[in-house]
Amino acid sequence: MADHLKQSAVVERAPVIEPGHSFATVTDKISSIVLTRPTTNGWIFGFAVSFLATMMMLFALGVLFLKGVGIWGINIPIGWGFAIVNFVWWIGIGHAGTLISAILLLLRQSWRNSINRFAEAMTLFAVACAGVFPGVHTGRPWLDYWMFPYPNTMNYWPQFRSPLIWDVFAVSTYFTVSLLFWFIGLIPDFGTLRDRAHNKYAQMIYGLLSMGWRGSARHWARYEMAYLLLAGLATPLVLSVHTVVSFDFAVGIVPGWHTTIFPPYFVAGAIYSGFAMVLMLAIPIRKIYNLEDFITDRHLQNSAKVMLATGWIVAYGYAIEAFTGWYGGNRYDAGLLYNRLHGPYAFWYYMLLLCNIGIPQLLWFRKMRTHPVFLFLISFVILVGMWLERFVIIVISLTRDFVPSSFGMYYPTKWDWMTYIGTIGMFLTAMFLFVRILPMISIFEIRQLLPEAKVEGKH
Amino acid sequence: MEDVKQKPKPEDVCPGKKLDRAAVEEQLSRTSGPEYWRSLEELAGSSEFREMMHREFPKGASEWLDSVSRRGFLQLMGASLAMAGMTGCTRLPLEEIVPYVRQPEQVIPGRPMFYATAFTLGGYAQPLLVESHLGRPTKIEGNPLHPASLGATDLFAQASILAMYDPDRAQSVTHLGDMASWSEFAKQLRGPLVVQKALQGAGIRILTQTVSSPTFKDQMQSFLAMYPQAKWHVYEPVNRDNVLEGAKLAFGQPVETRYDFSQAAVILSLDADFMAAGSPGNVRYIRDFAAKRNPDADMSRLYVIESTPSPTGAKADHRLPVRASEVEGFSRSLASALGGSAAASANPGTAKFLAAVAADLAKHKGASLVIAGDHQPPAVHAIAHAMNAALGNVGKTVFYTDPVDANPVNQTESLRELVSDMRAGKVDLLVIVGGNPVYDAPADLGFEDALNNPKVAVRVYHGLYQNETAHLCHWNLNSTHYLEEWSDARAYDGTVSLVQPLIAPLYGGHSAHELISALMGSDATGYDIVRSYWQKQHTGADFEAFWRKTLNDGFVAGTAYAPKQLSAKAVAIPAAAAPDSAALEVNLRRDPSIYDGQFSNNGWLQELPKPMSKLTWDNAIQIGPKMADREGLQSMDVVTLELDGRKVTGPVWIQAGHPDHSVTVHLGYGRTRAGRAGTGAGFDAYPLRTTGALWIALGGKLTKTGDHYVLASTQGFQTMDIGDGETRPAVRQATLAEYRKEPRFAKEDEPPAELTLYPGFDYKKSPDAWGMTIDLNKCVGCNSCIVACQSENNIPVVGKDQTQRGRHMHWLRVDAYYQGDRDDPSAYFQPVPCQQCENAPCELVCPVGATVHSSEGLNDMVYNRCIGTRYCSNNCPYKVRRFNFLLFQDWETPQYKIMRNPDVTVRSRGVMEKCTYCVQRISEHRIDAETAAVRENRPFHVADGSIQTACQQSCPANAIEFGNINDAGSKVAKLKSLDRNYGLLADLNTRPRTTYLAEIRNPNPELET
Repeated sequence: MADHLKQSAVVERAPVIEPGHSFATVTDKISSIVLTRPTTNGWIFGFAVSFLATMMMLFALGVLFLKGVGIWGINIPIGWGFAIVNFVWWIGIGHAGTLISAILLLLRQSWRNSINRFAEAMTLFAVACAGVFPGVHTGRPWLDYWMFPYPNTMNYWPQFRSPLIWDVFAVSTYFTVSLLFWFIGLIPDFGTLRDRAHNKYAQMIYGLLSMGWRGSARHWARYEMAYLLLAGLATPLVLSVHTVVSFDFAVGIVPGWHTTIFPPYFVAGAIYSGFAMVLMLAIPIRKIYNLEDFITDRHLQNSAKVMLATGWIVAYGYAIEAFTGWYGGNRYDAGLLYNRLHGPYAFWYYMLLLCNIGIPQLLWFRKMRTHPVFLFLISFVILVGMWLERFVIIVISLTRDFVPSSFGMYYPTKWDWMTYIGTIGMFLTAMFLFVRILPMISIFEIRQLLPEAKVEGKH
Repeated sequence: MEDVKQKPKPEDVCPGKKLDRAAVEEQLSRTSGPEYWRSLEELAGSSEFREMMHREFPKGASEWLDSVSRRGFLQLMGASLAMAGMTGCTRLPLEEIVPYVRQPEQVIPGRPMFYATAFTLGGYAQPLLVESHLGRPTKIEGNPLHPASLGATDLFAQASILAMYDPDRAQSVTHLGDMASWSEFAKQLRGPLVVQKALQGAGIRILTQTVSSPTFKDQMQSFLAMYPQAKWHVYEPVNRDNVLEGAKLAFGQPVETRYDFSQAAVILSLDADFMAAGSPGNVRYIRDFAAKRNPDADMSRLYVIESTPSPTGAKADHRLPVRASEVEGFSRSLASALGGSAAASANPGTAKFLAAVAADLAKHKGASLVIAGDHQPPAVHAIAHAMNAALGNVGKTVFYTDPVDANPVNQTESLRELVSDMRAGKVDLLVIVGGNPVYDAPADLGFEDALNNPKVAVRVYHGLYQNETAHLCHWNLNSTHYLEEWSDARAYDGTVSLVQPLIAPLYGGHSAHELISALMGSDATGYDIVRSYWQKQHTGADFEAFWRKTLNDGFVAGTAYAPKQLSAKAVAIPAAAAPDSAALEVNLRRDPSIYDGQFSNNGWLQELPKPMSKLTWDNAIQIGPKMADREGLQSMDVVTLELDGRKVTGPVWIQAGHPDHSVTVHLGYGRTRAGRAGTGAGFDAYPLRTTGALWIALGGKLTKTGDHYVLASTQGFQTMDIGDGETRPAVRQATLAEYRKEPRFAKEDEPPAELTLYPGFDYKKSPDAWGMTIDLNKCVGCNSCIVACQSENNIPVVGKDQTQRGRHMHWLRVDAYYQGDRDDPSAYFQPVPCQQCENAPCELVCPVGATVHSSEGLNDMVYNRCIGTRYCSNNCPYKVRRFNFLLFQDWETPQYKIMRNPDVTVRSRGVMEKCTYCVQRISEHRIDAETAAVRENRPFHVADGSIQTACQQSCPANAIEFGNINDAGSKVAKLKSLDRNYGLLADLNTRPRTTYLAEIRNPNPELET
């Protein structure tokens, strides 16, 4: 009886997977996207545009290496501009994947199974995009390797008190663990693709990638254990990466940076933007590849709820920043608040409030949460808002810090924009390749969601 | 094949290679210093040489087509080598120059030597010591022995070293644009001179700038004796005609006025920016003025009635902004108020001001000083003379002497006469010695048309640059820079400084002395000319000792002019009509950075922020806030300024404190033939200048064009009020009364010293802990320190575009802040170098340890280690760090390579840099002290005062003190113990080693409302 009631409740909330699927249909549906679906003109066009944008980024970086970071809009006092804004923005986006895969796995949120694969891929690509910036934003990028502690004859060792060194470790660890987690999750599906591929080369490549996966019970047992362990390992990283990134600012003494609230506020913001990006990808993908059966309204709803929750944490952060600026009695914090509200960049601060706090309140309405088009637009607004948040924190704080004579303005140049848009191109290029050659939804995990998989219930 | 294999004949290899070795040697024996080897033949005067020059390669060199001709090549190489080595076989004439302190035999590579010489601007010499590294002058310092310098310099002297190495200097003699030689010039001029000889030189005109050189004067007298009908004209756009005419009005003769600010308790400036770089005696005046600003002793009071806001006005205890044309009226009222009658003024506030000033002056008879601005009409000067006489200041704070100017004529009239002579065809041979009248002569004279006229048959230009004037002359003679020549000049007090060369002329130029000598048919060298003149003056047998001592000290002892006993004639000074109060007044002023335009190709000066506006690379039409509001103008709006039908177009700059109905435009910009830095910068305001109104004109008209022009200012906010109602107390100031009541007023915000759980490094244990104090009360914002720092530390010039993007590289900046009413604000200066924080926020965040602390408390930059994350700059609350966003340093130009200080790293792209407290100087003296101590077997100690940072050394005001703060007896430690001492942003607990002494103003209680 209870089962029956529970079932109906779930149905009412929209199912995680639409009824009528079996192991075979799931496998067919997902693997066919990679193996049998012809490459459409739409894909080619999208890929070409993204690839061109990537090339534009490489061109901009080439000029950067030839001439120096002076081609950007940074100056004294604004030593960090678009590069660091974009870095933090991308890193933030890269939070959703691991959160969905690891934390929701540990919390046994099985709905995650339909979106974790491409969320993880999205994470990797976002972190890769983020990784472009710290490497190239230095004045002498050919010496970036000095940030790593390695034995050398120069009597040289990194300065471990600097948050930038912590960044190096946090981001590289996060990338490595995310990559491993993603790859291990892919192994059973590689096996499936290997078995179903007709093309000899595809068989060979998928065969290599599947690392001898045969699907035996022992394999599964080991696999489950490894996956769980990695999930345990990745979970603290979700929290630590953006915490460390926020230290870049919190450790500094610049008003607007020097805030203890940054770690939780940055992590929440990261998840906020990460889910926005997941939705921005999931909504068109499920439409184009007819995956509404697997990525259902339930997923959209849940993601929207996560956004609503994290959005409020972010809003709390803004409120506390403003409150301490007003209440703290520190003339520099008060000056920062004044500058945000009335300074030359005030418009962007109000835009930030609108994008991150105002518009997302529409998510309180169920209609909005389940309407793909609105959800897509709101996600876009949130991504813009989160970019503005980093701009407000990093750039606006630097424009007016302590000594009035050194107040300045920041104007991005075309090279800033080319690099930024270029990384979006790079991200999309990778996404296009991903949906074309890898199963974008985890086949075996979806199969776990089917009633057929619930064998133990029968006993 | 056969024909090309022909061996080239020797004549083909080097046409006319019958170079007479004897002739070469003979010529060489008459020139000074090693010359470029190619000039050997120029000296020999062979015209064939020129053909060779133009061919680029000798004949035959281009015929090296196959293996057989290689022999020809080898012959060529052999010949070139032999020629290149010819200098080695020639004994050069001996010309001794004497080092300042160390004997020549002590030349140690890596150790600089110092030579005394002098820099001349507007005829006034600034005595210098020039640092030389193995024969390359690298840094200008003031001559501490000389009363006009006392070790400091102004910014023009500091920057003059860059001019010497300027790659855009005229590098050879040219005739009608073709390369020629000095001997050719001398030969070709012989004809015209013979003709003129018969006419007693009636067709000869020599146009010079203001000259104070006794030798030059002597030469000119000889020349004029030889050609009695010839005329010597003098013109400089920044001339002192008004001063001269004012003196004539008052005394009936041209006299020089010298002031002694050290004795003046009350100073009144009638629109005189006597602290401005380039004005006579400014270095000494600033020193004396600043010394009298000690609030713990007898503090002087400065009243300034001024038009264009200036550093002098900024330092005033009371400043009255009035239009320049109204100063005369004020002076008259003041003079009559001094005489007992009530101060008359339409404005009650102004009347009160005048009454208070008059009372204060009268209270300090004999200890007051009235000084009038050079651009004010003669009447104002005469009134000032009368006031000084009435106040009994003559002989106490004001002295009259013979004029420093060797030819004190009214320069405007002198030029007018020359122009009319040129028009009338009376001028056959015109020799222009320096200057640039085509660019800077008053517009109504039409100098350019008069010059560029076949009636003036031979036009000779002698100068450092092939400028606008040189372009219209037949002969262009490349002059030597003062660091390359022998000469002499008088300082503001008349003391003669000897100018001795620091280096052989880079481009083989000739000095003005050699030019005049050549006109008289002699080929004497500058050394001979100057030395023989002084031999005539000092006839004793001890001449050699005298000469050596003079060169060593840099000046001829006892040549200061003795004060004259003069009293101002009680003649009625003709009153000018009161100016129309609604007419727009146009003020033309020399530029604070590039003077009259002669320094426009000097990148250091172009990029030097002007003291009040902090603008670089441009001039602007400065207007007051009231006028801006009325006319609806914003800074950087382009307007047309019209004056009597002549127009210039330029951007507006709203200058706080500028009087209404008045605009100020700086001259010197808009050059068309200045060089890579100066050409095209700013707009030319000389078209507005006429002989009748050199400085102040009424009846201007401003029209908005609707365009917009970007000006590059280096300062973000020029006020400490940031808009939210808060004032950031960067400059802390109080009045003298407030200070006496609450001496420790500047100390607020300072956190307790040991507010940490983690005890830091104990600097008390270090033998030396370097610290600096900057006395804001003394600093007059003259900018000398910025240029000194740039020169000492190889700081690059980044150009207007980069400056406007906020990427200027000055390690030391001077912030100017305005407070109060925008129309009449108080202004403050604050030099900000690296504060060398003990708790340095920059060090913590550097990921690669490129900025670290030394045991002496220095915040060191390790350029090699820097990867350029710029995190340190973000975290620096003072924003004193500078980043090489691009490759700002010029690594290519050979001249700059030899100019740089070899003790300081030349930074590359992508590296952060900042003030080091001149760590190279610290190390030098530490090593010296240690060496001496080891030799004498005693513990070493760097003597207080032995280390001077570059900014400190150049500071005319003595505002910067540097030394060991662990040594309680050191000057800097004593200053730090003063109540006025405070740290900038000390509330952040950065514990800066650089601290400031708060500014104290001494307002007249009667004027306090």
